[in-house]
Amino acid sequence: MSKTRTSRTRTTLSRRKFIATAAAGTAAAITGFPHIAGAQAKVIRIGMPTILSGRVAMLGNSNRASAQIAVKAFNEAGGVNGRTIELIDRDSQGKPDVAAKVTRDLINNDGCEIIIDGEASSGAFAVQEVIRDLPVLCIHTCSETSALSADPKLFVKTAFRCARQGIHDAVAGGTYAAKVAKEKGLKRWMTCSPDYAYGRDNTAEFLEFTKRFEPSVEVVDQVWPKLFAPDYTESITKILQVKPQAIYSALWGGDVVAFIEQATLYNLFGSSTFFSSSIGDPPVLTAIRQIPEGLLTAYRYSRQYPENTGNTAFADAFNKVAHFDPTNWGWQTYVAMGFLVEALKRTNGDTDGKKLAAEIAGMRLQTPLGIDGTITMRESDHTIIGYPVAWSHTVPKAPFLAGFEPVAWENILSHEAEWKKSKGYV
Amino acid sequence: MNLEALVACLTSASCAVTQISTALIVGTLLFLVAAGLSLIFGVLGVINFAHGGFYMLGAYFAFTAYKLSGSFIVALVAGSLGAGLFGVLFERLIISRVYGRDLLMQLLVCYALTLILDDGVKLIYGAEYRMMGMPAAFAVAPVQIAGAFVPGYYLFMVAIALATGLLLWLGINRTLLGKTIRALAINPQMVGVLGVNTAALYAGVFGVGSLLAGMAGALAAPIRTLTPGIGFSFLIESFIVTVIGGMGSIAGAFIAALLIGFIRAFGAIGFPWFVEGLMFAIMALVLVIKPTGLLGREAA
Repeated sequence: MSKTRTSRTRTTLSRRKFIATAAAGTAAAITGFPHIAGAQAKVIRIGMPTILSGRVAMLGNSNRASAQIAVKAFNEAGGVNGRTIELIDRDSQGKPDVAAKVTRDLINNDGCEIIIDGEASSGAFAVQEVIRDLPVLCIHTCSETSALSADPKLFVKTAFRCARQGIHDAVAGGTYAAKVAKEKGLKRWMTCSPDYAYGRDNTAEFLEFTKRFEPSVEVVDQVWPKLFAPDYTESITKILQVKPQAIYSALWGGDVVAFIEQATLYNLFGSSTFFSSSIGDPPVLTAIRQIPEGLLTAYRYSRQYPENTGNTAFADAFNKVAHFDPTNWGWQTYVAMGFLVEALKRTNGDTDGKKLAAEIAGMRLQTPLGIDGTITMRESDHTIIGYPVAWSHTVPKAPFLAGFEPVAWENILSHEAEWKKSKGYV
Repeated sequence: MNLEALVACLTSASCAVTQISTALIVGTLLFLVAAGLSLIFGVLGVINFAHGGFYMLGAYFAFTAYKLSGSFIVALVAGSLGAGLFGVLFERLIISRVYGRDLLMQLLVCYALTLILDDGVKLIYGAEYRMMGMPAAFAVAPVQIAGAFVPGYYLFMVAIALATGLLLWLGINRTLLGKTIRALAINPQMVGVLGVNTAALYAGVFGVGSLLAGMAGALAAPIRTLTPGIGFSFLIESFIVTVIGGMGSIAGAFIAALLIGFIRAFGAIGFPWFVEGLMFAIMALVLVIKPTGLLGREAA
């Protein structure tokens, strides 16, 4: 009897403890404990809002992996002036309002002195507005929307973009596509891009420059599958009916993987030349089981390009942490950390936003990820130039890309200047 | 609207065959998911909002089985049975406790399971997208029919879905077990009084419904990207199908799923901007004219 009572008492206590633990766990899950790496005294806290859940969590994870590699290297080298870095990342779930809240929390509650913003465009614009009111340095590492840095109304003195941008890719893509169209006589074009702001803007800009450089190009039809659509059969069969000579697609991530697999069943790529904005991301290339030969893609990242040992070493280090090759977001975050570390060295560990911004503006960073061994943070609009913008074609065996063809930055910059004028930005 | 292109397509044998095959591909896969949803509602009276989760489980089980065995048949069986068994467990351990409760309670339980399944898949397989790849037997040139090209795998997929639908219909309408299940849907107390183990029957029906969703997931695995949460995209269209066809009607689900397939296939040619709108408009129209759906029964 007493045994039973003891047992019951134990059970009750145990259950209470369990409930208390569960409640604490639930509270932690709701409020979201940040993931903290490399905590030490006198540390410089860097906050990173990024997408760590949902369909693009893999990209957010690649931001985290790149930042961790850079933080580890910085700390192991002794930091600057006795100060090391602590990285605090938080999940924004890809929602702009959450990104803004998380950024404010990182600064106000977690004491972060610097923000490395790993948000997609919608989130990046929200973070930019948070930074506008706070004196901290912010480097956006993922947003490709040109307006973020091109539109002077959005300019923030302590904010930078270390990411490729739409207008640069549009000029590069247009230049390359026009060259191929001329060589192969590709006149009838069709597009298949996701039906949302990025898909439509990206496609319109690509076509604008392709037609400008090769006026014989005619867009005979366009299909707009939903973002994250599971099935593309009706879009593919529509393309088969139109019989275009060339197709451009801004589908990305898992969507472009599914599209390629389904289109291969119909032998679509046997009759049309395919241009893609995003197949060049290594996770996409490795996810496609039987990649057709000769698909043309814009550069996202490759351990082969730029061809140097530093780039390969970065890819190996990244793969060791993330267990996949770097993504486009991954290399951009790594370079952003490079700008930050260099600026911290120059300020001797002073994290004042204005001082760091003064160092980063116009900085020409030595990095193996730049095509000439450097990437420059342009002073006038706080965005990078000189990064890889090559196009290549797919091959059936790993690493699945070959024949990188760079596009001259002088060409890109001159057309960008015209574009800025046409938009009223300058 | 491009009615000219639509008419041109309908009068061209190759275009018409291509689009009809597209309608069948889209429709039959949707039918498998919607049939399971409809069956569960028809017999158990539960609107299973977690149904998309079973589609996802089927796809991931098939992915794993294919990776381990290299056989697509094994993958298909594993995906279907795995989701079915999981459905039986879910019914016995959780959903059976909220029978007869209000809709909100059922909704919360199902939503909770969906989140748990999504996070479970993320823990095991990671958040990144995965692709099973086309089995070697189907990696062949598409079949030519009246000048149109139809991939061999899609023909297989449509055949499996149609055969499964036929078996289900025969099982429910032409067997003693089917008769008992139909009786269970109408008067469970009476069926229980007659000595039938109603709890086991409920679990079995829920399992078959989940198995159908799992089979759809397994059939989709070679051609669709797998990510945690993939079932959700299917769930909305499945609900449209069950509402149009009539909650609880397998034949209604079949007709409605094919209708959605045809709207998608020919809408892409003739009215690409109104495909989604037309689907919802038809659903609204059915709700106004015949709230029980095309083949749904009036409440006794």
